[in-house]
Amino acid sequence: MAEVFIARKGVFKDGDRQIVHAGDTEIGVFNHQGVYFAYSNICIHQGGPSCEGLTIARVEEKIMPDMTSRGLYFSHTGMHFACPWHGVEYDIATGECVSNRKLKLRKYDVIERGDDLYVIV
Amino acid sequence: MDLIAERGRRVSVEDLNTTKLLAHARKQADQRGFDDILIVDVDAHHHEAEHQKEFCQFIENEVLKQQVLQSFSKGRGNILPGMTGNQDMGGRVTRYPLRQTEKTDPAKVRDVELGHRWMDALGVDYSCLFPTQLLAAGMLTDAELEHELCWAYNRWLTEKVLPESNGRFYSMLALPLSEPEHALKHVEAFGSRPGVTGFLVTSVRTLPVHHNAYMKTYRAVEERGLALAFHSGINPGEPFFKSLNKFATVHALGFPFYNILHMTNWVSNGLCERFPKLPVIWIEAGLAWLPFLMQRLDHEHMLRPSEFPTLKKQPSDYMRDMYYASQPMEMTDMRGLECTFQMINAETQLLYSSDYPHWDFDVPSAIWDLPFLSEKAKHNILGGTASRLFNLPPRTEKQRENLIKHGNLKA
Repeated sequence: MAEVFIARKGVFKDGDRQIVHAGDTEIGVFNHQGVYFAYSNICIHQGGPSCEGLTIARVEEKIMPDMTSRGLYFSHTGMHFACPWHGVEYDIATGECVSNRKLKLRKYDVIERGDDLYVIV
Repeated sequence: MDLIAERGRRVSVEDLNTTKLLAHARKQADQRGFDDILIVDVDAHHHEAEHQKEFCQFIENEVLKQQVLQSFSKGRGNILPGMTGNQDMGGRVTRYPLRQTEKTDPAKVRDVELGHRWMDALGVDYSCLFPTQLLAAGMLTDAELEHELCWAYNRWLTEKVLPESNGRFYSMLALPLSEPEHALKHVEAFGSRPGVTGFLVTSVRTLPVHHNAYMKTYRAVEERGLALAFHSGINPGEPFFKSLNKFATVHALGFPFYNILHMTNWVSNGLCERFPKLPVIWIEAGLAWLPFLMQRLDHEHMLRPSEFPTLKKQPSDYMRDMYYASQPMEMTDMRGLECTFQMINAETQLLYSSDYPHWDFDVPSAIWDLPFLSEKAKHNILGGTASRLFNLPPRTEKQRENLIKHGNLKA
């Protein structure tokens, strides 16, 4: 296993994303609310750059106790990222494809060494 | 450029660079040796509205020309986000909102330069270029305006765009079908122009394509050795669909719906028998509708042959004689997809199509990586069949060898 440098902690801020390369392997690393997540940058759909699109909150629907709908809203807890080719969405916390959670992106560990961040490939 | 995302927070993204966006597709092409395989895309698009002031200069009726050109200068955009405008899913498909940021050479035709970028990335050799908004021309209630807009676009495309593409773009030109005489005039005027391989019925319309008034037009297309294609689309205003409240559901039903409608009339009224040498291509409805319609029509035909007097074989047999563009290929159930391929004789009748740059485009590897296809089927679908249909020559010696190997070119 190799450790691939991502960035200095001080410059990789909440909401930032970085694409790192290790040979032919492409990995997208996210800083989401101070937690680091790293996933394969190859979309499970048609191979697009899964981590290079928008990071956008999960869309939810407000269903009332009487089962009526009161519209859509952005989740305050769930965060997704979307492949820019077709918009396929992934859960930033798990790498699961949100339309079929049996499918997920390969996940990589991120470690801190002093002020530096590394992804383990 | 900033995109609005994540509950209104602005996210800075780089300007669009199609080559960079599609770098993974280029990698797929290299890994699979696509440059040695002739790949023909039978359905790609540009956003012709970006050039509307240019091509609408070709409108011939002076009153309609004044009306159309004047409408561009009002500066009153439509603030109602129609469902047809949500192809980018709120900006998730980034090439839509970023499209204007992509830099091209001002001395070149922008759409050609953009086209060559994505074609080179995907490994596509030739691409059939269609408009975007004009696919809804059949929804116009003014037949004269439909004719004038199609005429202006077809002139501009064949005189200003296709000639600049080094022969890599071709097209099947939209017919203003609301007025049959106009449709025939288009075939006569444009049918022999370079890069014109056929004519297009923009499917979003409900007129009967088997009406006697159209027979001269179909005959004219057939006599010229050209193809007739039906390109489907969506229409949120279609009365049947007015209860649908999501782009996804209008899209899921709408694209197959219009082709199902026209295919049913085309087959049941014996148009395949009347025009046996006319290649007919069905575009952008996906493939899942085909097993459904084959079984439905065969069943009706079996029980009610008196209503199909012109048919000499089952409806599904005629459907297997026609051609189908592959996109958007439903790939969530491989058993279902394999069955569909078998039912339509995909090895000889299916044509790869990308639909790029639209939101649900397919890369060539979507075909190449299917586990149930033979090597010959892959070569045929990606370009061999289309190269025969449209007389498109190989661009490299390796492509020539592969076309010969799989029977798509004589040695």
